[in-house]
Amino acid sequence: MSSAQIEIQLIASLVAIACAIPGTFLVLRKMALISDAISHSILPGIVIGFFITHDLSSPLLIILAALSGVVTVILVEFIQKTGLVKEDTAIGLVFPALFSIGVILIAQNANDVHLDVDAVLLGELAFAPFDRLIINDFDLGPKSLWIIGVILSLTITLLIAFFKELKVSTFDAGLASALGFSPAVVHYGLMTVSSITTVGAFDAVGAVLVVALMIAPAATAYLLTNDLKKMLGLSVFFGVCCAIIGYWVAHALDASIAGSMTTVLGVLFLLVYLFAPNRGLFSVLYRQRQQRIEVSLLTFLLHLNNHSEESERHVNHLNEHINWQKVKSKSVLNLALNNNMIVIDNDIVSLTAKGKKFTNEAIDYIITNKNSEIENMKDRFFLFRG
Amino acid sequence: MDIFEYISLVFTDYTLRTITLGTAILGAICGMLGSFAVLRKQSLLGDAISHAALPGIAIAFLIMGAKNSNVLLLGALISGLIGTFWIKGIISKTHLKSDTALGLILSLFFGFGMLLLTFIQKQPNANQAGLDKYLFGQAATLVESDVWLMAIVTSICLFVLLLFWKEFKILLFDADYTKTLGFNTRFIDILITSFIVLAIVLGLQTVGVVLMSAMLLAPAAAARQWTNSLGIMVTLAAIFGASSGVIGTAISASHNNLSTGPVIVLVAAIFVLISFIFSPSRGLLFREIRFRKNRNDLQLHKTLSFMYNIAKDHENIAHPHAIKILNNFQGFTKKSLQKLEDKDYIIVKGNMWSMTEAGYHKAANLYNQQIDSPHE
Repeated sequence: MSSAQIEIQLIASLVAIACAIPGTFLVLRKMALISDAISHSILPGIVIGFFITHDLSSPLLIILAALSGVVTVILVEFIQKTGLVKEDTAIGLVFPALFSIGVILIAQNANDVHLDVDAVLLGELAFAPFDRLIINDFDLGPKSLWIIGVILSLTITLLIAFFKELKVSTFDAGLASALGFSPAVVHYGLMTVSSITTVGAFDAVGAVLVVALMIAPAATAYLLTNDLKKMLGLSVFFGVCCAIIGYWVAHALDASIAGSMTTVLGVLFLLVYLFAPNRGLFSVLYRQRQQRIEVSLLTFLLHLNNHSEESERHVNHLNEHINWQKVKSKSVLNLALNNNMIVIDNDIVSLTAKGKKFTNEAIDYIITNKNSEIENMKDRFFLFRG
Repeated sequence: MDIFEYISLVFTDYTLRTITLGTAILGAICGMLGSFAVLRKQSLLGDAISHAALPGIAIAFLIMGAKNSNVLLLGALISGLIGTFWIKGIISKTHLKSDTALGLILSLFFGFGMLLLTFIQKQPNANQAGLDKYLFGQAATLVESDVWLMAIVTSICLFVLLLFWKEFKILLFDADYTKTLGFNTRFIDILITSFIVLAIVLGLQTVGVVLMSAMLLAPAAAARQWTNSLGIMVTLAAIFGASSGVIGTAISASHNNLSTGPVIVLVAAIFVLISFIFSPSRGLLFREIRFRKNRNDLQLHKTLSFMYNIAKDHENIAHPHAIKILNNFQGFTKKSLQKLEDKDYIIVKGNMWSMTEAGYHKAANLYNQQIDSPHE
């Protein structure tokens, strides 16, 4: 591994961490798309900043660009407050307009600006190590490493200092303002940090892919845990992993580093989406199937409880009376048998004492509107789940 | 170049005519379908889909090895649809919210698309140049067959829209009721979503991935301000969309270095701005005027009721009082007194005022609308 490679991976990892922290809060606050809007609408800020400074990594440019990110948020909120359109429409109206202004500004001044839209949107991490910060002929390392390092330490300081405020205002804005933290200050603080991070990251990974680095690790972590600290830790971990794996994938394919980092993030999200315990697609589908059978079982037991006559309790009668498919009635019957709820004698189904007790309790809960208690009851009675 | 010269050029110049027609049709179809997206609160779905279409374009190119735009669009359509249904899957099967799902699919698909595009660029295939026009769009690359394709898709879309108008409308405003009526909501939902995806994919070549969402949203958001009727809104949105296309093309054609996509989007944004401010029923300007008028009426009522409280203590309600005594309590102005006099509620003589019978009656029933209204 050459030193340039190490530097690239270091920058990528720092960007991933810097994005994952505000990203977690954006996802929790249901504002994930604001990051998309910001990442596009910083373009005019960058262009104007570039006209003034002629240096893509000057602090003034970063401040101007971050400012245009905050302006976006304010504009979106203003439009939303007028009540003329919904929030998502407001977002969708503001950022393409600002982005268009940026594109036109670039095109109009194409001759004297060495800035093209591709570079801003997509970034090129591979060139990052060549733009070095040199003070008094002393090489201090790549400029972007310094920029993102400063932003990251700012983010972490703010996170530690205001963790409590962030947490409360994220989960209960009403409580936060009752306790005297202004949700507006926290909100705009978060927006400012997100804007600065987006700007700082854009020349490493490009504006659009910042969105991926903000949302994807946080969303993946959210599928795995409900604990804010764990979620922060996991998303940082996922971000860094994907940054490093992504770098080597890009190395192998000789393709865009940012693109392959996102792809790795995508694959990771897909895996977690499918296989996460409790929240993954498969476990959700499994649970839904289980619940469907258990509800059928309950219906079946109630039916048995209501009928003493033998014709109503005949095994074959189930298909026609409750209108179940053969497979379904069979699995319900088996579940009931396994749990000792029923006995089958001569093809006549009757409730056991346990089955009676279960059914009576269930009726009690249903008529007193405590349906959620049935879940707990199932834990007590069932030997086998559906 | 003056405007008549330009108009004659539109009819004679092949390229300009093609582009103008193309952007107009695109604007119209986006406006129509965008209305549904906006009303279904799926405004940003367009943004997500247009980004999600990118890997489809790259994969179609990798498989076919040629730059036949119809094949690429088919690829875009498929990957756009996959993206859309994955978004729906995430929202319905996990506790992630719609904004997270949209942002995820948008950025992940786009990143994957970028990976493929850069991968293709390194391939020794001379055909690959120009794939990146789908990123930012190049209206100049439109040819007549593209316009024909757009026209055909638009007419199919219009036909389906008219055919399923009732279903679309009812699903839009009351999805649960639709289900109870026995409509197949899933089918209608898939139908309308697929058409939105189709419109987006068509527009990619012209305005590009990034700005496509604005094409979908802006005409619809503008049209929404002028009407409460779905039919009128869809028609208006189509008109707004088409006009932004035509005007945007005209502006960008008559200047150097102005790419068409961003200009069209800005023109559409101006439509939105004008609608937000000047729409008679919802617009900010008229709303502010109504607010002021209400506030003034309220002030007037306040003064009137204060006068009433003074007047009712006297046997003769028309007994004159000094204007001075109002001063301590009410911020009355000459104008408001004049207004009250115009309405015959009071009579001002010198620096004295006195209440009339009408004014007394009005003030007595100021807060009693049931008595008040039959008189009005």
